[in-house]
Amino acid sequence: MTELEPTSRRSRLVGDLFRREGAKGVAVALLSTAVVLFAIGWLVVHSKNWPAVKDSFFNAQEFRDSFPDIAQKFVRNIEYFLIGEVFILSLALFLAVLRSLPGPVFFPLRALAITYVDLFRGIPTILVIYILGFGVPSLGLRGVPVSATFWGLVGLVLSYSAYVSEVYRAGIESVHPSQVGSARSLGLTRLQALRFVIVPQAVRRVIPPLLNDFVALQKDTALVAFVVAVPEAFKEAQIIQNADFNFTPLVAAALLFLLITVPLTRLVDWLSARERGRRQGGAVL
Amino acid sequence: MRRVLAFTAVAVLVLAGCSSGTSTTGGSPTPSSSPSAAATAASCAKSATFTKSGVLTVGTDNPAFPPYFAGGETKAHKTWKFNDPFTGKGFEDAVAYEVAKRMGFTPDQVTWVVAPFAQTYKPGSKNYDFAIEQIDYSAKRARAVDFSDSYYDKARAVVARKGTPITKAKSIADLKPFKLATQIGTTDYDFIVNVIQPSKEPGAYNSLSDAVAAINAHQVDGLVVDLPTALYMADPFVQEVKNSTVVGQFPPLPGDPHFGMTFQKGSSLVACVDLALREMKADATLQSITTEWLSEKTNVGTVPVFATS
Repeated sequence: MTELEPTSRRSRLVGDLFRREGAKGVAVALLSTAVVLFAIGWLVVHSKNWPAVKDSFFNAQEFRDSFPDIAQKFVRNIEYFLIGEVFILSLALFLAVLRSLPGPVFFPLRALAITYVDLFRGIPTILVIYILGFGVPSLGLRGVPVSATFWGLVGLVLSYSAYVSEVYRAGIESVHPSQVGSARSLGLTRLQALRFVIVPQAVRRVIPPLLNDFVALQKDTALVAFVVAVPEAFKEAQIIQNADFNFTPLVAAALLFLLITVPLTRLVDWLSARERGRRQGGAVL
Repeated sequence: MRRVLAFTAVAVLVLAGCSSGTSTTGGSPTPSSSPSAAATAASCAKSATFTKSGVLTVGTDNPAFPPYFAGGETKAHKTWKFNDPFTGKGFEDAVAYEVAKRMGFTPDQVTWVVAPFAQTYKPGSKNYDFAIEQIDYSAKRARAVDFSDSYYDKARAVVARKGTPITKAKSIADLKPFKLATQIGTTDYDFIVNVIQPSKEPGAYNSLSDAVAAINAHQVDGLVVDLPTALYMADPFVQEVKNSTVVGQFPPLPGDPHFGMTFQKGSSLVACVDLALREMKADATLQSITTEWLSEKTNVGTVPVFATS
């Protein structure tokens, strides 16, 4: 019975351990963690080149000097992330629905959606960003923005919506066929069934994996750095790194990304656990 | 105490670097780096240690760009795209072979390895004796690598597309309203931010090729690069930036950087290369290499100098 209890409010990592192993188990786990970390730390600190590596990657002065500048530019990454996510979520859902359209009439649309997903899932995001960021503005088309930031973001949206549409599709396919049957027997058309019965259930089901892609997107905003003129966090870090011949600014940028991605990841864990709890709560045991 | 001594040593080196950086003729004595008054580059090299004994191993980036490397592609060394450094053609290529000669190496005893820019200052051992790839000296950078004396006192210039408003700029202040950009890894970004102080946030690209792509895509108005690179990009026979011109060059300003070869920290070879450079400055060989590759072989004509006010 305790196995199926919804997650407690305690941190899941320690909470699960506590439930399975008891206080002694927790103590042993903490001790062995400490020993392993200490051993790794000792090996690193006593490696031959550690003083040089420390000065080059973990330089306190360099960190203090560069962190405020990088943090200031990190606002741009958050902007890219928030703007990009809105378009990704809508475009991806649109693609997934296109791909789920029933019947032979919609074959061209399905084929189009499949081609799109194959194409953009198959090309490394960085290449999409590069090709769009420098390629499209070079065409010199009238009325088309030349901003590399714009096209970099478009690249990110195109690439990510291909991935996210697959997440949606998995959600749509996970809804039991009997649901369509029931909807149809109630007199709903196929499209109505998709709109009112399938998609709402599918979307709710895939929220945790969607958020997972959210976390990945937050990191990948750094890829836009390769084409944008104005520096964001990663580019700013590279500028300082190359000016000072010191890698510490990159570590500072990494920390900034962690500040956002770690809480997001915990949120995803929590939401998945809640979703699981709900489903199990509704099931007959 | 050791730290204080080390700091003083660095300060002396910085001062030495500055003095040679500001004098255009070079040849200023740098007592801190010469082991004895009578030493020559050749005698110095006899007691120095090399990555591979009997060979001088030099590092530069691949592809290496003109006018610094100008040998073209060869069948003998296919890994080198665009320009094969084994040819000895191009400004830095010629300087490297001349330094090698002064240290007692024949051209056959010089070998080249690929040394991407960021690799040149990562901690740990290097697979070359020195790297030569337009690296600006700065005191902060000298904490990570050892620098040779200057082999080129750098002048900067602006490249733009012909007929665009920026081409009318006559002074540094005239450049303020434009979208400027450069590649990261030089001191040019700091120069734009601190000296030009443009009203639009300047751009920074990972490589020169990206910066060129950006100006060709009309994303920036002008590129700030070193003068030789500017002359190459706008060369009527090259036109790396399409339909381009060199708007102007910056007058010598306090704090201008110079190019130095970089060595692994503590390399015994720094003193020998400095001696070789000093000999090359004394008998004007360096000047003739500079004239040959950076003035005579360009087709741009005279470039106006920006007014400082």
